[in-house]
Order: sequence, then structure tokens, then C-alpha cells
Amino acid sequence: MKWLMVAIIVGSTVLADLLQSYEMKRHVVAVEDLRPGRLGGLLRGLARRGPLVVAVFFMAISFFAFMKLLSVADLSFAVPVTAASVALETLLARLVLREKVGALRWAGALSVACGVALLAM
Amino acid sequence: MPSGRALAHVPASNPPSPTRRVDLKTKLLTGFVVCTNVLGNFSMSWGMKHQNAVLGLSPIAYIRLIFTPWVLLGTALLILWLLSRMTLLGWADLSYVLPATSIGYVLSAVLGKVFFGEQVTWERWLGTGFIVIGIVCVGLTAANTTKRETAG
Repeated sequence: MKWLMVAIIVGSTVLADLLQSYEMKRHVVAVEDLRPGRLGGLLRGLARRGPLVVAVFFMAISFFAFMKLLSVADLSFAVPVTAASVALETLLARLVLREKVGALRWAGALSVACGVALLAM
Repeated sequence: MPSGRALAHVPASNPPSPTRRVDLKTKLLTGFVVCTNVLGNFSMSWGMKHQNAVLGLSPIAYIRLIFTPWVLLGTALLILWLLSRMTLLGWADLSYVLPATSIGYVLSAVLGKVFFGEQVTWERWLGTGFIVIGIVCVGLTAANTTKRETAG
């Protein structure tokens, strides 16, 4: 059960972030749209984009799977698992989104993943 | 008539280039994403700890809890976090956003120690150091490597 939840959390987090990154780069939001008076319109606009709706659905799955994981495992186990997704997402950003991930960015991502794992101890 | 080289000279008082401006906006938005996430989680946690509500299977207790001031503030901040993070993912690489926003883990640990009296062990300080090093490394790279620099 524990490892099934881990797989669901990592898988759904990765899919949600990839979908968000892909869709938000197709239609970039301008800084003016972040003004308080325009936030409602921005929210409505984003809710009409299919990939973002699917991404939020995956985020919800990840959230509830995390809650379930906390009920069967320690927090010190659950949090490092989310840190592992940083390294996996960096790899997929390179392969799927065609981002240029150089040595410095790889070092940074792995350092952050180690750091988050240590924070959870 | 001035030479091409002379025309190309840029005085120090000139406004920043569009690329630099976009980079600055990306960094400011990254800070906003971190702040809304950390403060949103803190408000939620503060509200939950001070309510002493017993949460069972009934949704009524959850709904009642959502409309308490701190949890409501936390929910509003986390909606802002979601919107601003989506916007940031349009401006910058996913492989940039993930490590750059992870300073939130450190700030959450600091808030936990200051406001909730949580223990910060040497492993946590070491982890904080790793995260800061990682953020510095990622911060030295270009935020957007897939082109399209449209930050407004």
C-alpha cells in the first residue's frame, strides 16, 4: 500500500507539473493579468483550458494520495518522496519539454532534492 | 560622422534591456510564489492548530473549518499561489521553477521553529544549506531556455 501511494503521488505530481508547464507556455499570462481586479477573469480563463483542468485533477489525486500515505507511513518517509520528484521532473523537462538542462541546473536540482530529504529527517 | 563603434556605446544610465526586465519580473514572481505558498501553509496550519476541531468523515466539520479566519486566509493565499505558479511556469522552465521555489521548505521550517516551537536538528540545517546551494546554482542559469520571453 505504501509504495503504491508513493507511485501515485510521484506520477500524478509529475504529470500535473508537465501539463501546466506545457499549457502555460502555449498561452503566456501577462503581468497585467495578475492585478487584483483581473484575477477573477484570469481564473475563469485558466479554468477553460483542458490541460490545466487535467493538471488540477492530478494535483488533487496527489494531495489525497499524500493524505493516505501519511496515514500508513511516517512524515519523515513521505516528504523525501516528494523531493525525489524534483529530480524526475528535471529529467522529464529535458526529455519531454525540450528544456536545456545544463550541468549547473542538474547540480542545483540534485542539491535541492538532497536538501529536502534532509529537512524531513 | 561618428563611427559604428561609437554609436554602439551604451551609457550606464540607459534603461535595462527587455531580456533583463523579463528576468527581473520572473525573479519577482518567483518570490511572490514562494511567499504565497509559505504564508498560505502557515495560515492553514495556524488555523488548524487553534481550532482544535475533530475532523471525521462528515464534510460539515471541514466546511465550518474553511470559514474560520485563518483557514480562509490560508485558502485565499493558496489560490493566489496556484495562479501565480501557473503564470510562472509560462515564463520560466519547469526545471528552473522547481528548485528556485524550494526555498519555501526552508522558510516553512523557520516559521515552524519561531511560531510553533518546533525542533530544528543539525540534519535540517544541513538540508537548508543544500537547498540554498541548489537555488544559487539554478539561479545562475537562464530562467527560460525554450524561448518565448513574454512576461508582460
